Amino acid sequence: MGKTLLQKVWDLHTVRTLPTGQTQLFIGLHLVHEVTSPQAFDALRARGWRVARTDRTFATVDHIVPTRERARPFLDLLAEDMIASLERNCREFGIRLAGLDDSRQGIVHVIGPELGLTQPGMTIACGDSHTSTHGAFGAVALGIGTSQVRDVLASQCLAMEPMKVRRIRVTGLLSPGVYAKDVILSIINRLGVGGGVGYAYEYAGDTIERMSMDERMTICNMSIEGGARVGYVNPDETTFQYLKGRPFAPEGEAFDRARAWWQAIASDRDARYDDDVVLRAGEQAPVVTWGVNPGQSVPVTGRVPTERAAGSDAKAVADALGYMGFKGGEPVAGMKIDVAFIGSCTNSRLSDLREAARIVRGHRVAPHVNALVVPGSASVKRAAEQEGLDQIFRDAGFEWRGAGCSMCLGMNPDKLVGPQVCASSSNRNFKGRQGSPTGRTLLMSPAMVAAAAVAGEITDVRGLVAEQVEA
Amino acid sequence: MGAQKIARIEGTALPMRGDDVDTDRIIPARFLRSVTFDGLEDHLFEDERAGAAGAAASRHPFDNPQYRGASIVLVNRNFGCGSSREHAPQALQRWGIRAVLGESFSEIFFGNSLMIGLACVTAAPEHVRELMTRVEAQPAVRLRLDLQAGTCTLDGFSCPIALPAHARDALTTGAWDTTGLLLERYEEVDAVGQRLPYVTGFQGRA
Ligand code: SF4
Repeated sequence: MGKTLLQKVWDLHTVRTLPTGQTQLFIGLHLVHEVTSPQAFDALRARGWRVARTDRTFATVDHIVPTRERARPFLDLLAEDMIASLERNCREFGIRLAGLDDSRQGIVHVIGPELGLTQPGMTIACGDSHTSTHGAFGAVALGIGTSQVRDVLASQCLAMEPMKVRRIRVTGLLSPGVYAKDVILSIINRLGVGGGVGYAYEYAGDTIERMSMDERMTICNMSIEGGARVGYVNPDETTFQYLKGRPFAPEGEAFDRARAWWQAIASDRDARYDDDVVLRAGEQAPVVTWGVNPGQSVPVTGRVPTERAAGSDAKAVADALGYMGFKGGEPVAGMKIDVAFIGSCTNSRLSDLREAARIVRGHRVAPHVNALVVPGSASVKRAAEQEGLDQIFRDAGFEWRGAGCSMCLGMNPDKLVGPQVCASSSNRNFKGRQGSPTGRTLLMSPAMVAAAAVAGEITDVRGLVAEQVEA
Repeated sequence: MGAQKIARIEGTALPMRGDDVDTDRIIPARFLRSVTFDGLEDHLFEDERAGAAGAAASRHPFDNPQYRGASIVLVNRNFGCGSSREHAPQALQRWGIRAVLGESFSEIFFGNSLMIGLACVTAAPEHVRELMTRVEAQPAVRLRLDLQAGTCTLDGFSCPIALPAHARDALTTGAWDTTGLLLERYEEVDAVGQRLPYVTGFQGRA
């Protein structure tokens, strides 16, 4: 009987079984950011501990950085304090930091891959739930809390319980205008926001195999929104080609040896899965969320559910409709938006910006819409500017910002105001997520956000994509 | 490093109804802008508490005077989903909560709670419903959670509660503060690092 990638990586990284029955797991890469680490460093100081493996640790700043005015000290003194304390901690403990002015700065889940830090077969931990993103490379990537950040800093290990593996096979060709984001939103809608608890999701099937690394990252990124702490794709030629030449990737003969090891870490053909699910991508339409969790979504051609039709979920649907101010049965297409946000670790990589720019080119943002593009990293920003994407967005009336988490969460100056409705390429539509306690978030692909920005309302991007093909 | 042993938790309870209560609701992100966890309890469920101010009947459970002093929260399914912020269990604990009893928990929330000695235990949905109903009818009733025996008892009612063996052992033996445990045999950690080719730079034969 073969093994899954998860089992292989788990076995290779097991130090021992702890008295509690948990596994002591070696962590191959620890990514650190400003928000979930200060208390962990304080705990180290209090107990006189060092950082165990500074060579396996890398830090950056993303959550609270302003994306417009970045001069120091920040106007926001709390933000200034957090950044300054990460700088101090990294200096004191000897950790590499891609700080605010570093050419490598960006959202932690965007820079790990683009620097080649993220590699197949690794265990990766970061004090952030979207660490699952790195699973796109065939790594086992775990989101952790601050006390666990302390554990990894001090011991390079985590105490973990084993996971089951659910294989999700996606098959068929995606139509133009339909993206990885639509696939993962559909998966979450089908399996539920708590459906993945206790599981790692292995994404497989020809649709996933055809996807670029950027697209696989979008898929793995949102595993946690389906309750799965870990999501991964088996490494293949697409993975290896992506890694080749990246700053922290092995070079020359070492790369060839790495490739052989990476290939061997993939799930065996005869691996046993605890569960198996199949999804047909050919029938996939663009998806939009209408509610207050990422599972509450419909195809853009669909309607918001009615409380009555929701059965046992009636209470949750009524609550979500109440918060969102939508009427059950309303079509989602045509819903007015106030803000359009293209960014976040789900969809702020170069390919996302290219797709959105393709929709925007030659159009203007609707007059009542505030639109912004926030590249995921300083490097994405530079590459986009070299291609002139920034100009396309600016000409259309978008703001073009510096790299950071921005309006994905309410921790920096970019926030919704009052009950604004935001078409967002991010990953969470929780109540208050985008910084206003009454703000409303509709999740969708970056191309759908671009289309909504131009139309001023939710619209099926497939119409615009078709228009381009004819032109 | 020895931590407090947590085998029994007794106190009044507070029902927090609804599935999929996410950590952004428990503690909105703007309160994470601090280098300590101090004072988080003042902002627990802040946005929805503000929204529910007013008539006593519709008041948020955390603002309802009859639940003041509660040390156990009763919740439904998938509690604590979303962000990995430890600030969520920290805020609950600092408010005075010592255990969360519900149908199910998000994994990261569960792990974060365990790391700080906040017990998360599960019970069957019908038992959670029964407990909520009883507490709402009689807020002064005291619940007794026995982690070893796996029971929740109160006047006139008792039901089984569960938590994974590792979590039960960790709490009841005081081994929930893991760093010391993980540091115990650092040579073995080093040995694992030495045999991982990516740690040694893919030198020699893989
Ligand atoms: S972009 Fe959003 S989801 Fe991603 S790390 Fe930043 S805050 Fe978290």
